[in-house]
Amino acid sequence: MNVSTLFVLILVGVALTYMLGRSRSLSIASRIGGIKHLNSLPFYYGTQAALWCAIPCLLLLALWTALDDTIIRHILLQYLSPEQRNLAPQELALLLNTVENIAAGVTSLQPSPEVQAAAERVASLQKISQTLLTVILFSGLVLLGLWGRSKIKPEYRARNGVEKVFMVSLLVCSMIAIFTTVGIVFSVLFESIRFFHIVPLTDFLFGTHWSPQLAIRADQVGSSGAFGAIPLFTGTLLISAIAMLVAVPTGLMTAIYLSEYASSSVRAVVKPLLEILAGIPTVVYGFFAALTVAPMIKNALNGLELSFLGFSLGSLDVSGESALAAGLVMGVMIIPFVSSLSDDVINAVPQSLRDGSLGLGSTRSETVKKVILPAALPGIVGAILLAVSRAIGETMIVVMAVGTAARLTMNPLESVTTVTVQMTTLLIGDHEFDSAKTLAAFALGLVLFVITLGLNFFALRIVKKYREQYD
Amino acid sequence: MDSQVNTIELVNKNLNKRYRAEKRFRAYGIISIGFGLLCLLFLFSNIIGNGLRGFFYHYIPLEVTLDADTLGITDVNDIDQILAANYRAVVNRSIYDLFQVDSRQEKSRARDIFAIDATGYVIQDLFKTDAATLINTTITINALVDDKVDYYLKRINNAEKFASEQFNEQQLAWIQQLTSEGRLTKKLNKAFFVSGDSAQSEQAGILSAVMGSFYLLLVTLALSFPIGIAAAIYLEEYAPKNNWTDIIEININNLAAVPSIIFGLLGLAIFLGFFGFPRSTPLVGGFVLALMTMPTIIISSRAAIKAVPPSIREAAYGIGASKMQVVTHHVLPLAMPGMLTGTIIGLAQALGESAPLLMIGMAAFIPDIPSGVTDSATALPMQIFQWFRNADAGFNEKASAAILVLIAFLITMNALAVWARRRLERRW
Repeated sequence: MNVSTLFVLILVGVALTYMLGRSRSLSIASRIGGIKHLNSLPFYYGTQAALWCAIPCLLLLALWTALDDTIIRHILLQYLSPEQRNLAPQELALLLNTVENIAAGVTSLQPSPEVQAAAERVASLQKISQTLLTVILFSGLVLLGLWGRSKIKPEYRARNGVEKVFMVSLLVCSMIAIFTTVGIVFSVLFESIRFFHIVPLTDFLFGTHWSPQLAIRADQVGSSGAFGAIPLFTGTLLISAIAMLVAVPTGLMTAIYLSEYASSSVRAVVKPLLEILAGIPTVVYGFFAALTVAPMIKNALNGLELSFLGFSLGSLDVSGESALAAGLVMGVMIIPFVSSLSDDVINAVPQSLRDGSLGLGSTRSETVKKVILPAALPGIVGAILLAVSRAIGETMIVVMAVGTAARLTMNPLESVTTVTVQMTTLLIGDHEFDSAKTLAAFALGLVLFVITLGLNFFALRIVKKYREQYD
Repeated sequence: MDSQVNTIELVNKNLNKRYRAEKRFRAYGIISIGFGLLCLLFLFSNIIGNGLRGFFYHYIPLEVTLDADTLGITDVNDIDQILAANYRAVVNRSIYDLFQVDSRQEKSRARDIFAIDATGYVIQDLFKTDAATLINTTITINALVDDKVDYYLKRINNAEKFASEQFNEQQLAWIQQLTSEGRLTKKLNKAFFVSGDSAQSEQAGILSAVMGSFYLLLVTLALSFPIGIAAAIYLEEYAPKNNWTDIIEININNLAAVPSIIFGLLGLAIFLGFFGFPRSTPLVGGFVLALMTMPTIIISSRAAIKAVPPSIREAAYGIGASKMQVVTHHVLPLAMPGMLTGTIIGLAQALGESAPLLMIGMAAFIPDIPSGVTDSATALPMQIFQWFRNADAGFNEKASAAILVLIAFLITMNALAVWARRRLERRW
């Protein structure tokens, strides 16, 4: 039987045990004069028995499925001839794969006799493993069910046990967040360390030349395989800076207007409308940036003559993948983010401060500028930091609207590339886990993770502290 | 007395300036809001304008003689023959008849007006259902024009320049003639909704991507909803105030702000690399998206649980309920509408998410419609990205149309969330 049938089998067994346990407790209760003489409700006795049954069986099933391939592979290695065993690791892996594919019957290849024999051996081992698992699970279900049933006594405190299991499973679920963080850290950290064995950390962080194409032949032109990430960092910063130039003033003024001036009916209409901007998928923004905004900017600015006090400074040369287009669109995307976060902090400023300022005769704008903004400043800074971290990590807009050529420039009309763009270009396509190219993507991921984590941590702390101040 | 007069004068002198500043400040606010709304308007008019165009296609009615010899069909009941028949030949012949061409060069020009393969498939589909009555008859079908012709006819910017580059005078004359005779008609492209991706833009559809997104969301929902709710219950009802709880909370808040591409790296290294899950499948994508949406669900579920008044809990405890009974019988049902709202919003985010899927290889050419969570699949945003990257002009239009479909799904989901909040949520 395969894993999913076994899983269903376990579920059926567990359901049966529940009913068995429940009816057993009811029958005991009827003998001693009703369920009020039991320690717990029949539901708890049934659940207790079912849990005793389900937890070991599911654990066994999970472990078995996780390990049986490895064990079979190990036995297969013993079975292979010595010269086959001494093949290079890659060829051996290929051979083992072939054997397993033939055993699973998914290939039409005509194998050599010894490979065929090995495949038959694997097939028989797999069969034995599955039969064994089925037998063990089946007997386990029956035995555990009977044992669980025999434990049911009127004074047995089933409720306490079940409540405990319930709480522990809730705790495990809430710890998924920690597991995820740990998973992220491990997945980027290990590959990055391997990368830094190939490329020194200082070359990566301070190098000014990025061309990740590795040389296939030694005499190949332009294939130095340089991994200096400075151009990526400046590109990311340039685009994020443009985005923030759009998003921060607009978002902040929007928040101020909505919370201090607008009537509640205007607020009820405008706020959700602006929130739509945050709900549009990034791939749509990317499409819009690349096909509408970038050509518009190019048409409007390209070839424009610049002059200063009568001196010609030459004409503008606008790239079709300019950083400006991506930055502008990203800024528009972030406006609602900034405005709703600042709206929250502005609303958290106590009304008494406003009333005091207005009572002294200042105008509304003076109240905002001199009282509310200084009071809300930490919260606004936190909001801006969160917005920056979002701009830095944004992927689709830049993947679609800017190029992949790494240039060290601060000119917003040129094409630049960003950390996220390089991560996707390095990882789409080839999947050799040990080439410097793919490892470089993980190193970039590490940098990105550390920077955004730092910004978020800092921002959340500021916001929290600020909230406490007025609570 | 003197100094008082001076103060009032001073105030009055500055008053106009201060009022002007007040007006300016107000104007900045209105301009900001106006800018945001204008961007929204521009974006939507752009999306809808381009997208609607992608739903339509140009067709020419074509009389096709389905004679058995040319098709190479000897037995109409043999499905292999029907699948392998030479539909190109019959379509080509009726095209030559339509334009009355016989030189080799002219024939080739005439063929370039049509999408021959796609038209062939239309006939094939008819044959699959009713070959016996159709064979050796003449029928009129709506033949698809070539994607370049369609692009030209829709007159997207610089159509004339495009036409002079792509077509010669004879072809242009044909197109003009067909248009003036009213034979070139624009119709809803049904194939777009019922077929999968294709290498030919006129045959490409979104069904495979829609189904891929559906399975993706199914896995995401199955994982993130129970786990998210369980975590929220633990944090609100059980968690003691200690460092451990603080660590969990900080983690959840930070995960909510980790860039999505990092989750893609996690999926690549852990789910694909370590556990060896199959690449490009909704299963892996769903795992990654579930981890991403979980913070959203946890945060909104916690708010919903917090909104349940403590008096209800106390009443339940008072009549002897256990903690688990209080949670499952009272708190959970009352908080469920709020939790559902949060879940729908989280799923809407997951539907539009692209960067992590890019990392785990879901940006792939998948023409087949997936039938389960372990089949290779693509998702709607990935399909848009794929079509965007395709250099063929026809595919960009498909991408705009797919964007419209994606946005329609998102609006539906968000409307559902708003409805759920209005109708189901109880205020205390």
